[in-house]
Amino acid sequence: MDITFLLNGESVALTGVEPTSTLLDWLREDRGLTGTKEGCNEGDCGACTVLVTDAHGSHPLNSCILFLPQLHGKAVRTVEGIGGPEGRLHPVQQAMIEHHGSQCGFCTPGFIVSMAAAHLDGATDFDDRLAGNLCRCTGYAPIIRAAEAAADEPAPDWMTADAVALRAHDFTFAEISSGGASAPAEAGGGQPPSGAYRPRDAEDLARWYAEHPDATLVAGATDVGLWVTKSLRELAPVAFIAGLGDLRGVTVTDSGINVGATTTLAELGPAIAPHHPDFAELIRRYGSVQVRGAATIGGNIANGSPIGDGPPALIALGATLHLRHGENRRSLPLEDFFLDYGKQDRAPGEFVEAVTILRQPDALRCYKLSKRFDQDISAVCGCFNVAVADGVVREARIAFGGMAGIPARAPHVEAALTGQPWTRETVEAAMDAFAKDFSPMTDMRASAEYRLEAARNMMLRYFLEAQGAPARVLEVAS
Amino acid sequence: MSVQKPLPHDAAALHVTGQARYVDDIPVPANTLNLAFGLSERAHAEITGMDLSAVRAAPGVVAVLTAADLPHANDVSPSAHDEPLLADGAVHYLGQPLYLVAAEGHLAARKAARLGRVRYEDRPAVLSIDDAIAANSRFEEGPRIWARGDPEAAIGGAAHRIEGAIEIGGQEHFYLEGQAALALPQEGGDMVVHSSSQHPTEIQHKVADALGVPMHSVRVEVRRMGGGFGGKESQGNALAVACAVAAAATGRPCRMRYDRDDDFTITGKRHDFRIHYRAGVDAEGRIEGIDFVQYARCGWAQDLSLPVADRAMLHADNAYFLPNVRIENHRLRTNTQSATAFRGFGGPQGMVGIERVMDEIAYRLGRDPLEVRRVNFYDPPPGGGLSAPRAPAARPPEDISAKVKAGEDVSAGRRRTPYGMEVEDFILHEMVDRLARTADYAGRRARVAEWNAANAVLKRGIALTPVKFGISFTLTHLNQAGALVHVYQDGSIHMNHGGTEMGQGLFQKVAQVAADAFGVEAARVKITATDTGKVPNTSATAASSGSDLNGMAVRAACDTIRDRLAGMLAEMHQCDPADVVFEAGRVRAGGADYSFEDVIARAYTSRISLSSTGYYRTPDLTWDRIRGEGRPFYYFAYGAAVTEVVIDVLTGEYRILRTDILHDAGRSLNPAIDIGQIEGGFVQGAGWLTTEELVWDGSGRLRTHAPSTYKIPACSDRPRLFNVDLWDGENFKPTIHRSKAVGEPPLMLGISALMALSDAVAACGDGSVYPALDAPATPERVLAAVGRQRGRA
Repeated sequence: MDITFLLNGESVALTGVEPTSTLLDWLREDRGLTGTKEGCNEGDCGACTVLVTDAHGSHPLNSCILFLPQLHGKAVRTVEGIGGPEGRLHPVQQAMIEHHGSQCGFCTPGFIVSMAAAHLDGATDFDDRLAGNLCRCTGYAPIIRAAEAAADEPAPDWMTADAVALRAHDFTFAEISSGGASAPAEAGGGQPPSGAYRPRDAEDLARWYAEHPDATLVAGATDVGLWVTKSLRELAPVAFIAGLGDLRGVTVTDSGINVGATTTLAELGPAIAPHHPDFAELIRRYGSVQVRGAATIGGNIANGSPIGDGPPALIALGATLHLRHGENRRSLPLEDFFLDYGKQDRAPGEFVEAVTILRQPDALRCYKLSKRFDQDISAVCGCFNVAVADGVVREARIAFGGMAGIPARAPHVEAALTGQPWTRETVEAAMDAFAKDFSPMTDMRASAEYRLEAARNMMLRYFLEAQGAPARVLEVAS
Repeated sequence: MSVQKPLPHDAAALHVTGQARYVDDIPVPANTLNLAFGLSERAHAEITGMDLSAVRAAPGVVAVLTAADLPHANDVSPSAHDEPLLADGAVHYLGQPLYLVAAEGHLAARKAARLGRVRYEDRPAVLSIDDAIAANSRFEEGPRIWARGDPEAAIGGAAHRIEGAIEIGGQEHFYLEGQAALALPQEGGDMVVHSSSQHPTEIQHKVADALGVPMHSVRVEVRRMGGGFGGKESQGNALAVACAVAAAATGRPCRMRYDRDDDFTITGKRHDFRIHYRAGVDAEGRIEGIDFVQYARCGWAQDLSLPVADRAMLHADNAYFLPNVRIENHRLRTNTQSATAFRGFGGPQGMVGIERVMDEIAYRLGRDPLEVRRVNFYDPPPGGGLSAPRAPAARPPEDISAKVKAGEDVSAGRRRTPYGMEVEDFILHEMVDRLARTADYAGRRARVAEWNAANAVLKRGIALTPVKFGISFTLTHLNQAGALVHVYQDGSIHMNHGGTEMGQGLFQKVAQVAADAFGVEAARVKITATDTGKVPNTSATAASSGSDLNGMAVRAACDTIRDRLAGMLAEMHQCDPADVVFEAGRVRAGGADYSFEDVIARAYTSRISLSSTGYYRTPDLTWDRIRGEGRPFYYFAYGAAVTEVVIDVLTGEYRILRTDILHDAGRSLNPAIDIGQIEGGFVQGAGWLTTEELVWDGSGRLRTHAPSTYKIPACSDRPRLFNVDLWDGENFKPTIHRSKAVGEPPLMLGISALMALSDAVAACGDGSVYPALDAPATPERVLAAVGRQRGRA
């Protein structure tokens, strides 16, 4: 397909782009811009971080799992474009030199981009802003010192140029489709047809997807990207849907909160924070800045992973999922969407439009358990939403990831709580019900026994926190 | 003086702008092929058939090579010739390379490499330490055993006895730049190889053998690595040899980089260990006798496992005098990746063993662990003056006789290691005193106890652990280095040596040495890629030896040139060459004052050679690794760390709250770079012992094969308060500017994190059950240990 974007301030127009070719490979192999590094090829190490600016702002993203068509109409800045004209250094580059923030230097370009992105935003929560950049040499201390030292310097003018240029630039290209699955195979190629489609809006997507029910929908590609870079799968046809404005955004009304499917986690976090701050903190730990800037809540639900962090929180909040197939729409409780491992209640050609939650007093607590705090996949993700009135549990919604083949509620635990006095005795009795609700598996992240014990103890933690007892290591001061 | 200055890394400006080139960044000719290996899906099997037709037919594939296609040596082993590039008849681990695909493009090569159809006839796979013990599957004929005195009698007669075992997991290097190589065929069958390797000479050697040519036909260049940590000491051989043989076969340049998953699956890691210990101690906790049995899981090929296991034995004492001691070490052969060098090279595992013993002694006796550590320390040198330089002649003559080995040598005091080497400059008493004071160890220990009394869910722990690490290759002949220095007509200096740059700042430190020798600023010295064509027969940049060896070799080369210049000026001015002064870019002789450029121009027109090699070999080394006797190390590097943690007794989650470090880099060549090594080493060591868990399944498949599943520390995992200081002493040995090696020792400061976690777990019980926390202490292991405190199995 044909795409155009700004690269380090210059317009680039590409024709005949293989839809699942990655930005990283193109930068390094075709463009000769080797400053951007491949560290893991799966969006975990951040060595390939680039800065992408679009109408929603500037985000550092992992270029190894970013398909070129995702950049259409956007501006990309690589490490080569973080410095200014005539070799002028960005303040974070200068600070990294002065504070000895590079040793082997291989992770450094990615750090520079993430640091420049944080600098542009005026952000100083560096542990979070740099959680998606791994360094094996420095122990991070000098990098943080550099980031702090540069924080007060003004952003160089070239760093704000992309947003200005984008507004001025004419990105009005015809919608491009190479014909999708219905196109004939190229003569003699023996390759599957490389179809790709960029729908105009949700209507267009609904029509096209109903006609191409075997297609892959690509939103942020933080999961689909790995199908290509790790599983080496051929995806065709694909539709790039992240740009669909009518599927994107958080709407808060008196009765509910509606989250469009292509709302990124980066957008959802701040939007949900006033209502359910612990959900926002879970989203912060869901993935790095790079992942949150690309990943969408619709993708997190639709891929049906048993260890995605979005669904347990949403199920605990009683969320409703909205699906669309062609002109047909239906809604169902989110927990009913997950049928079995790898199996969801979704017909071919049907897609997630939105998820809604009812406005409610905040009692949600989310406990994400992983070997490492940041940028790690949950061994167990427990989300608790217990409504207590007059000392009695009126309703309990408790949902877990990592405890079964799907994100799932804990009905026996909920039953053991509901109608009972909100006391430690009740909670301890409920803890014993976990074994009836879940038979978790043992894998490289955790053993079945640990998962079950931790889940039980999370129930106790929820109770203790409700009583005001400190129970989170992240909140202990040095 | 340019030495001792905290100058930035020589490539810092290139790093931050993305201009620093790594192997895969080198522009290549348009016809360059990309390579990928087809890998074994079985841990141990005979190959009964291999159908590669689909591989050959895949888009972009140009050549597919198997063992039968290799014209010369099929061997990438750094030691025992037991590691074929491509499997020959049998596979010995899941992930072993079977065939080599050369294709147009990296992705095409990877896709094709998955298409081979291989028939296996499975053989019993030996995967775990227990499997290997049961099958008596091992390297060498039996365990190595070193002993002194009568440990059985000492343990039996002691007031208190402890006995236990600790499991210590391995560690993936996770260098950010994966393994990579590029081979460019030259005229007449010669080959130029770019490799991300700590050991260019070995790459040259293995490539020459694989091509059937003399070493002079192969030139290997290494500008930099994106991290090594030992993982590129031998593990780059396969890629470099693959590129060279494929380039020779096709006549086209070939390059190869492992995808990260392949890198995890193919390459070796730190050895995991199990260490059994039995010790007898007196009422103060002083060890009277101790017996260690160490099991090292070495994987399928020998690689560097013998010296790694030796170094574990050599560090079983760490900082403590063990009067009666027996160390038994088993080198177990398993059907897993061949474990390899990793920062510390076995030393960390040996050290964890004795630190565990110290922790358990303190627990059993109800004493402060730091007190127990102190009473077991080696004695300080007689006469004190610890940080003062001492003339080498003042050192007593080495005596490794059996009599001294008995540990009863009164004149040596409590100063002899189990292998009979005297610890001559034991400065840890002073270092630990100072660190305990600056970190307020005693006050914080009391506050930790108060906190723990008041909090049911969150428990704190604190620990101070020391490090004493032996510096030198234990294979004595490796302790040599060469350098090549040119001064050009304009006064600019070209410096080259056999050491490789992997981020540790070696090039910068050595450039400062060169600049100092000529009295010029470091910027005048051009640092150039390590090149087997410039400095031959080099040792790996390993064993923390880089700046010690190459710094001395470069200084020797510089001194040769400087002496020629001084001789020239002395003759001109009729003065003593020793009175010619090189300082601040000027040269003064007999009252005259020249610019450095001026002197160089005169030297050139006077037909004086402005180029020299330099050479250095470490003195005073003798070592018998079979008997475990001698002086394997030139000196020791020291350090100590205090770490405080908090754990959650409901989930086992934890945080490092604060770490204070005092480390001995001698008189540092570059304090900024050395502090960087210390901070980074600590975090890497703490990662090894906490979140970095390698998990193999029952088929021998490594399930933690990418950063999504294998968790090195991230930014927020560093200690929230992190204070690092350099000890202000200097090396008592005449090393380069009296500095000390700093690459590996700080990693072992991370042991303080494991011991702090143990301390926090201990706070969950009544004192009757020792935490016995294995490593890595994942949240799961911490929670299990808390459970044992509370009577849950």
